This record gives sequence, C-alpha cells and structure tokens, in this order.
Amino acid sequence: MSTLYAVLFYVATVILIVGTGMKVARYARTPAPLKIPVSPAPRTKRGVWFRMFREVAFFQSLFKSNRWIWVFAVLFHFGMLLVLLRHLRYFTQPVWWWVDLIQPIGVYASFAMLAGLGGLLLRRIVVPRIRYISSPSDYLMLALFLGIVISGMGMKFLMPVDILAVKQFFLGLMRFQINELPAQPGVLIHLGLVAILMIIFPISKLLHAPGVFFAPSRTQVDNAREFRHLSAWASQLPPLPEGIPEPEEGK
Amino acid sequence: MAPLDKKEEYGAFDSVDEIFKIPALECGAMADTNTFAAAPEHNEPLGFPGELIDNWQEVAIAKMGELAEKNRAFQVYLDACVKCGACTDKCHYFLGTGDPKNMPVARQDLLRSVYRRYYTFAGKYFPWLVGARDLTKEVLDEWYTYYHQCSQCRRCSVACPYGIDTAEISMAAREILDTVGVGQKYCNEIIAKLKKTGNNLGLNPKALRATLEDLEEELEDETGIPVKLPLDVKGADILLITPSADFFAEPHIDGLLGYAKVFHAAGVSWTISSYASEAANFGMFIGSYENMREVSWRIRQAAKDLGVKRIVFGECGHAWRVGYSFLNTLAGPFDFLDQNYPIPQHIMEFTSDAIDDGILKIDKSKNDEFIMTYHDSCNVARGSSMGRKEGGQFDLPRKVLKAVCNHFYDMEQDTIRENTFCCGGGGGLLTDDLMDLRIKGAKPRMTALQQVTTDHGVNKMAAICAICKTQFSKVMPKYGYGMDDIMSVHQLVANAVILDGQETEEDDAPETAATEEK
Ligand code: SF4
Ligand code: SF4
Repeated sequence: MSTLYAVLFYVATVILIVGTGMKVARYARTPAPLKIPVSPAPRTKRGVWFRMFREVAFFQSLFKSNRWIWVFAVLFHFGMLLVLLRHLRYFTQPVWWWVDLIQPIGVYASFAMLAGLGGLLLRRIVVPRIRYISSPSDYLMLALFLGIVISGMGMKFLMPVDILAVKQFFLGLMRFQINELPAQPGVLIHLGLVAILMIIFPISKLLHAPGVFFAPSRTQVDNAREFRHLSAWASQLPPLPEGIPEPEEGK
Repeated sequence: MAPLDKKEEYGAFDSVDEIFKIPALECGAMADTNTFAAAPEHNEPLGFPGELIDNWQEVAIAKMGELAEKNRAFQVYLDACVKCGACTDKCHYFLGTGDPKNMPVARQDLLRSVYRRYYTFAGKYFPWLVGARDLTKEVLDEWYTYYHQCSQCRRCSVACPYGIDTAEISMAAREILDTVGVGQKYCNEIIAKLKKTGNNLGLNPKALRATLEDLEEELEDETGIPVKLPLDVKGADILLITPSADFFAEPHIDGLLGYAKVFHAAGVSWTISSYASEAANFGMFIGSYENMREVSWRIRQAAKDLGVKRIVFGECGHAWRVGYSFLNTLAGPFDFLDQNYPIPQHIMEFTSDAIDDGILKIDKSKNDEFIMTYHDSCNVARGSSMGRKEGGQFDLPRKVLKAVCNHFYDMEQDTIRENTFCCGGGGGLLTDDLMDLRIKGAKPRMTALQQVTTDHGVNKMAAICAICKTQFSKVMPKYGYGMDDIMSVHQLVANAVILDGQETEEDDAPETAATEEK
C-alpha cells in the first residue's frame, strides 16, 4: 500500500507540474493579435498589476457581479489557502514558526471551505440557470473537493490517525525513500482524492488558476495609441498595396 | 411628453429593478430567429467560399485549432471558465428573451463543447463528462443562430472573474462559419460594398460630394456663414473618418454638422476622403483580422494621399474601438502624422479640448427644450477609451453634453458606464431580419430610460454611435418614444455653438441665405 501511494504521488506530482507547465507555456506562447483590454483599463503596467491584484486577492469583478457566488468563492478559496498553508507542517522539518502559528486558524478554515463548497453546490443544483450550464464534471469537481475536505476533517475531529507516520511518509518521499504509510481508511481516502485532483488539474477547469493571469481582457495595458502592438504572425502577413487606385471613370 | 402611457406591443419592464430580475428560462425561445445568410457574391469578395463547402466539418475543426494557436484570448477563455454563472444574467438578449442559450456562458459553450471534443483530453475520451459534442450540421446551425444573437458588447466580460469575453468567442465562431462558407448577409454584403466604394452604403464620390454640398447650403441657411464640408482636399490638417450614416441618416447628419461647426470655430482645415469615407469596420464583427486590416488600410492610404497631419474619428462606436485599440496595430505605424496629437483622435476629444481652450462660443439655452440623458455605447465604453485619463470614454461625452445643455440626468448606475446595456443592435445585428431580437434586446436600456423619464422628465437620449442611433430610432417607438428622441451628441453641440459673425436673430437668417446663394 505504501509503495502504491508513493508511486501515485510521484506520478501525480509529475503530471501536475509538467501538465500545468505545458499549459502555461502554451498560454504564454500564444500571441494576442489585438489589444483587447476590457476598459476602463489601466494605462500603465503598474496599473495592470494593481488591477490583477484586486482580481486575485479580492475577486473584485465577482464581487461586483454576483454577491452570493463571491461569498462562497471567497470562503472556499481563502479557506483552502489557509488549510494548504497549515499542511506545510507535514512537509517541513522543523516546522516554520509561522506555520505553527496558523495551525488553529487552519482548522477553522476547513469549515469555511466546507461552507463555501456547500454553497456552490447548492447553487448549482437549485438555481435553474446555473443548473443549465453545469455538466457532470462540474458537480464531480465539487464532490471531489468535498470528499477531500470531509475526509480531512474526519481525521482531525472524528477518527484521529497517526499523523506523525503520515508526515514521515511525505518527508521520505521528498528524499526518494518510501516509509510506511498508516493504512487507515481516512488517510487513504484523503490522499487518494488529493492525488486524483493533482492529476486532473492540467486537463480540467482548474486551469482557471493559471488562466486568470493570461486573459488579455484583463492583463493588457490600455496603450494601443501610444505603442504599436503587433503579433508575430500578423507581421508576416503579405503587405497590402500602397496608394489609392485611380477612380473608375464616371465618378 | 408622457411616453409611459404609450407602451406598444413590446413594453418595457415595470421598474428599473425589474431589469435585473432574472427571467424564467425558456428553452428554444429564440431558436428560430435567424438572420439572412450571405449569398456567394457577398462572401467571395471577402475571401471566403461562396457557400457551405463539402468538407466543412474538417475545415471548421482545423480552423478552430488554428485560432487557438493564433489567439491567446480564444485559447485561455475556452479553458478557464469554471461555470460559476456570474455572467449568466448580464446579457441584454438573455434578459430580454429568457432563452438560456443567450446566457453568455451558454453561448460560449456552444463552441467550447466542440473544441473540447476535438482538442482536449477529457473531451476526447470522456465527452459526456465534460459536455463535449461532435460537430454536426445541427451544431453548425446552432452556432449560426446564437452567435448572431450576440452583439459583442462585452458586458459579460466585465462580470466574469477571469474576464472571459464572449465577444471574442462569438467573433471566432463567425470567422469559423465564414471559413466554411456560411456568412451573414448583412455584415458580408456591407464589407463587400466598402471594398468597392469606400463606404458601407456604396455611395460613390460624386453622390458624396453632392450630399456634402447640400449640407453646406443647409448650414449656410442656418448660420449665414459658409461653413464647409470639404471632400478630398489635399494638404488639409485633419482627415475626418466618420460613419457613412452621418451623410444621410437622421439624427446622424446633425452630428456631422456639429463636427463641421466645431472645426470651423476652431479654425482648422479638414477634409473627408472619398476613398475612406467610412469609419465603420465590419471586419471586427466577423472576427476577420485580414478583412479588418484591409478596411483599416484604406484610412492609412487616404491620410497619406491627402497629406493630412491628423486623423479624427466621428461618432461611431465599434469604429472607435477599431480606431482606438486596433488601428495602430492594423495599419500603423503612423509616423507620417503629427505626433503631438493622439492617433487617431476622437471628435469628442477634439471638442472637449476646444471647450477647455475657450474656442467655442456656446449658448446652452438653445438646448433648453431637451432634458437629456446619455447612452454609453458598448464598444466605446468597454472596448476603447478617450482623453488622457482612464475612464475618459465616460467622462468626455458627459462633459461635452453638460457644456452645451442645461438639463442632464444619468440613468441607473448599473446600466451606464462600464455596465452599460447594449442598444440591442450592435455587432452586426442591425438588420431588419433580426428586428424581434433587436426590440427585445433593447428592453433593459429602454426600462432604464423610462425611469429617468418618470423621475426627471428626460425626453431625449444622446449617443455617439451610428449603430445605436439607427437602432434607437427604430426601436424607441416600440417603447412609446418618438423616433427622433435619440440624438447625436454633436447635434446638441451644433445647436448650442454660435459661430463668429453668425446672425443670432432668427428672422435675418433666411434673407442672408437667399442673397448668398450661388
Ligand atoms: S458580449 Fe454582450 S451580447 Fe454577447 S453574450 Fe456577452 S453580454 Fe451578451
Ligand atoms: S462568469 Fe466567467 S467563469 Fe463564470 S460562467 Fe461566466 S464565463 Fe464562466
């Protein structure tokens, strides 16, 4: 079992990093032929950084466009951020002081995640227009996250596991050695689902995470009149004829 | 006037809050609303096959892949949507029709589902899981229907946490359709006409000159001053590029007279070009970079040929988006023009500067009968800017309006500026065969207008887009307004500007005109 999970995590990590890396490289490589910032847009690079910061840190557009989704999305994403930071203690030895510090907050954050996910799922089922646009994968994605959160919380609050052994397992993986993973159902379910999540990341809508940094509508600077923006392929187009043709007779 | 009593068959929402109430989904409500298809003679001049080609499926799929390689927006937008639904209630066509396929994300999905099927791992092996589907003739028809129910207004993009812009998807879809020979008559016919005559109407230089001369006479009758509307004048300072509707349609013409008066008062020399007598660039609507480039190229050639120093655009929404955001890319660099002015410049920027410099003599009371509001046109609001500051596209027109009239009230905040609602006729939908869609799509805007009519007695709305003006003069009567309740901003400028030496007593004017007639 330990070997199986070790292999699973190595594979998942490679897929996550290589797959997402390839996607990001593709986004970065693909040219934007025209300036299409959604205006009013910043006129400077610094302004764009600020715009993106507001988007990523506060979900500014979502806040303006749909308050309920915003609430659930914030609960989920920032809960997840804290929970992830809290998990750093399973990968560091000695544990960084600030990771120690946020341990209690991280526990509460899991409730925020749960509430956020629950809200999003509920909306998807109850609101007709969101139900209309949902495919099976959209529900499954939420179910996957819910499974991870619930199994994680289960280990914390209901069926405590030998967490030190789990930590040894991961510290071992990081040094390419396979230590014993406690074969408790909570651990296996939680880690199995996490591995699945890592594997599907580069082929699913989770790509919105890197994608947000590549959307020309938000990341471009509004300076088309000042600076000529020309994509590589457009500069290769055959030149158009110079001059004005003689008007046809009679005109 | 009391437009609220005169509601006709369509009727607005009861109150401004109702605009944002989400309609019950009515599947297929607009499925049969189709715009006329282009004939071979409309498609071919644009470089597209005349009619649906035999191996259309193969070609369409390949084109989709090509676009993903060539356009980052297309590529990222197809991947990044999380189906959160924040955009679903932002489209005026959805709010007006209730057809779920007019929800922006659902509109994107018509194409995304096919892209997934052929270009993504999940779609190739687990199509049912991610809602991927094969490209069939039904799907192609559905694209044609619903990508011609999107005015590419970008209201949905503002709402999306990732800025996903349905307009980009709809442009790409139309380009794919064109590539396999399925064009829309309205857009393609117009582009073909422009390539032949230099404008969307097919006006030849002779007819254009005659029209401008008529307008000169009209101006002289009114003011007693020979205000010129010059055509093809070499060595003029400014080349005016304006939508051809300004030459013949109401209220557009009055806007053109306004530009002429402002130029006259500012004492600059200017000209219109018969070779590039059109600001509109329908290449954008069909998502064709090549066609858009060709149309833009004419402006560069005209500017070079006439030896002008500056280019100024008249009131036209998508023309200004192409002018402001794309022209430098498509037809630049404009190193032969005077670099002290923005290239190109908007007439609103010109007039605003003229007001700041105190060049214009203005009598605001001339517009006292009008209680104004302002409609932000979507391509100006969300696809371009003006002036030196972010948001100038909202502030400059309002500033100019307030400088020339005494009564101005804005509509509900969520329906103006970057949240403005499309007039319902943008994006190549301004055609009679889509009248039903146009009227329904105008509903949110009309409701917001009725609110300010009730609250403040607003009786006229101004806009700076040729499409908006035409659309409103057609649909406003359906909502109880008159067809002339839509005005050009420069029409109000024209009313208020007093030219040097102008006869101000009304009874003198006809005489002067009569004596000076040549
Ligand atoms: S771009 Fe405008 S018309 Fe098109 S889907 Fe978005 S909101 Fe609707
Ligand atoms: S708001 Fe953006 S991410 Fe959300 S459903 Fe619409 S397009 Fe997709």
